[in-house]
Amino acid sequence: MATARTSYLRTGLIHLALISYTLIALFPVFLTLVNSFKTRNAIFREPMAIPTPSTFSLVGYETVLKQGDFIGYFQNSLIVTVVSIALVLLFGAMAAFALSEYRFRGNLLMGLYLALGIMIPIRLGTVAILQGMVAAGLVNTLTALVLVYTAQGLPLAIFILSEFMRTVSDDLKNAGRIDGLSEYAIFFRLVLPLVRPAMATVAVFTMIPIWNDLWFPLILVPGEATKTVTLGAQMFIGQFVTNWNAVLSALSLAILPVLVLYVIFSRQLIRGITSGAVK
Amino acid sequence: MGSLQLTSIRKAFGDHEVLKGIDLDVKDGEFVIFVGPSGCGKSTLLRVIAGLEDASSGSIRIDGKEVATVPPAKRGIAMVFQSYALYPHLTVKDNMGLGLKQAGTPKAEIEERVTKASSMLSLEPYLARRPAELSGGQRQRVAIGRAIVREPSLFLFDEPLSNLDAALRVQTRLEIARLHRRLKATMIYVTHDQVEAMTLADKIVVLSAGKVEQIGSPMELYNRPANTFVAGFIGSPQMNFIPAERLGEGGIKTIGIRPEHIALSREAGEWKGKVVHAEHLGADTILYLETETAGLITVRLFGEHRYGADDIVYATPDKALMHRFDANDQAVR
Repeated sequence: MATARTSYLRTGLIHLALISYTLIALFPVFLTLVNSFKTRNAIFREPMAIPTPSTFSLVGYETVLKQGDFIGYFQNSLIVTVVSIALVLLFGAMAAFALSEYRFRGNLLMGLYLALGIMIPIRLGTVAILQGMVAAGLVNTLTALVLVYTAQGLPLAIFILSEFMRTVSDDLKNAGRIDGLSEYAIFFRLVLPLVRPAMATVAVFTMIPIWNDLWFPLILVPGEATKTVTLGAQMFIGQFVTNWNAVLSALSLAILPVLVLYVIFSRQLIRGITSGAVK
Repeated sequence: MGSLQLTSIRKAFGDHEVLKGIDLDVKDGEFVIFVGPSGCGKSTLLRVIAGLEDASSGSIRIDGKEVATVPPAKRGIAMVFQSYALYPHLTVKDNMGLGLKQAGTPKAEIEERVTKASSMLSLEPYLARRPAELSGGQRQRVAIGRAIVREPSLFLFDEPLSNLDAALRVQTRLEIARLHRRLKATMIYVTHDQVEAMTLADKIVVLSAGKVEQIGSPMELYNRPANTFVAGFIGSPQMNFIPAERLGEGGIKTIGIRPEHIALSREAGEWKGKVVHAEHLGADTILYLETETAGLITVRLFGEHRYGADDIVYATPDKALMHRFDANDQAVR
């Protein structure tokens, strides 16, 4: 194309900007990974250096796997994250369907009320949540975390999903009604498959803050049996001495599961765009 | 079987009244078309009949039975949508059979009805495909097939041809007309296209702003429009409306004359005028004239004519085919 040559500079600048952003975003991850494979002295002497045969060491990983029950922490984190995502998607999609599909008094107010949580951080309610959990006897159970994270994820999920559900053709839902499908069948079999890309987006947005959260595990489930990965990694950070090898190794390991979940959802993101029902 | 009675149907969304008391009687086997400009309530009326919307008041009876509280699936209706509304995850065959499956029809019978409908619409080669693998025309045929297999008392069509291109639209229109003759079923069809209405309907219901303007056969509406709205809506190009006082007629407000009911001559005639613009369509020639007596009028001549812009011509309306309307825009006979 004739215009392609003139836009080389433009394309180059765009790429430069994107590459530098990628580098900035990946740098902490890179630093964590690299240093997790070095000896303690090497970490402090040359934090930027790639591990060499003389500085290479797996002592961090050994410490992590020996001290404490890290497999258990991983399990806890995974259970909490997966269950919370599932509940957020299920309830979020149901609420979004009701808000976008049915005309009822107070629809708009209800929508605003449900979206309020996007603007007000859930941590403001920590004291009340803790009191509630104590009263319900849920302290030091994973249920406590699942409940809190579901509440935390719902507002954004409802907001995004109800916008997407408005785009699903009314004709398709009406065709289902005429064919005798129940409202549940219409929701699960016609609408949900069509908003799958949006569900994947919501899943990714919900997953990352949950996996990385330190606040609620620290307050609600500090017990050994219910510790999450982020909380588990904290035990290597002391007031006077911090075991950096172990901290960095724990964090490096913690990246893996979340990476796997992300890959699964982002595949859905692309694959979800199937249609042909409606012009 | 398939009659429908609507009695003073009203529908309001909040304060906005969309249907303002619709009465209609559809006999078994009739092809009835609702036509009107966008926003006139025709689609809402169809949805009320289907049970997808509740009427605010009034009664709907299908085959003599009151259906106000009956869900859409049990009303004995089938509906074809403008956007086809096929289930994307099902094959053509399953799309057509889903309604029967939900109603608990035995498998063998579903199979038989789907086979029959698909041969009627020549859809056999596509039965195993999904909607995404079909063209627009094929999708609409599947949607029609889905309606046929239900063997409903009432077929409802919601602008089924609007998404098709011109050639396919004519072809599908023909197919629907043939289908109606073959099934002898009652059909209710919504469109904003008066050509579809004129060519398909036994009976046309002209709607405007939530009210029925006139009900009648296509030729009744063409020859005896009840008011200026119907007169202007049916027929293309539009009827010429001329203030009665310009033509020296007292007691009425407007005189209407269709473009095809005006004769043209270069030598002599009633209204002298200048050609503003000429459209040569081969079969028709459409001229826009600025006349001294009647103002700007449209004239439609059949065949080819050599009139061009700025020609001076004389137009003569056919007095017997003039329509007269009073101060309330109602026809005076």
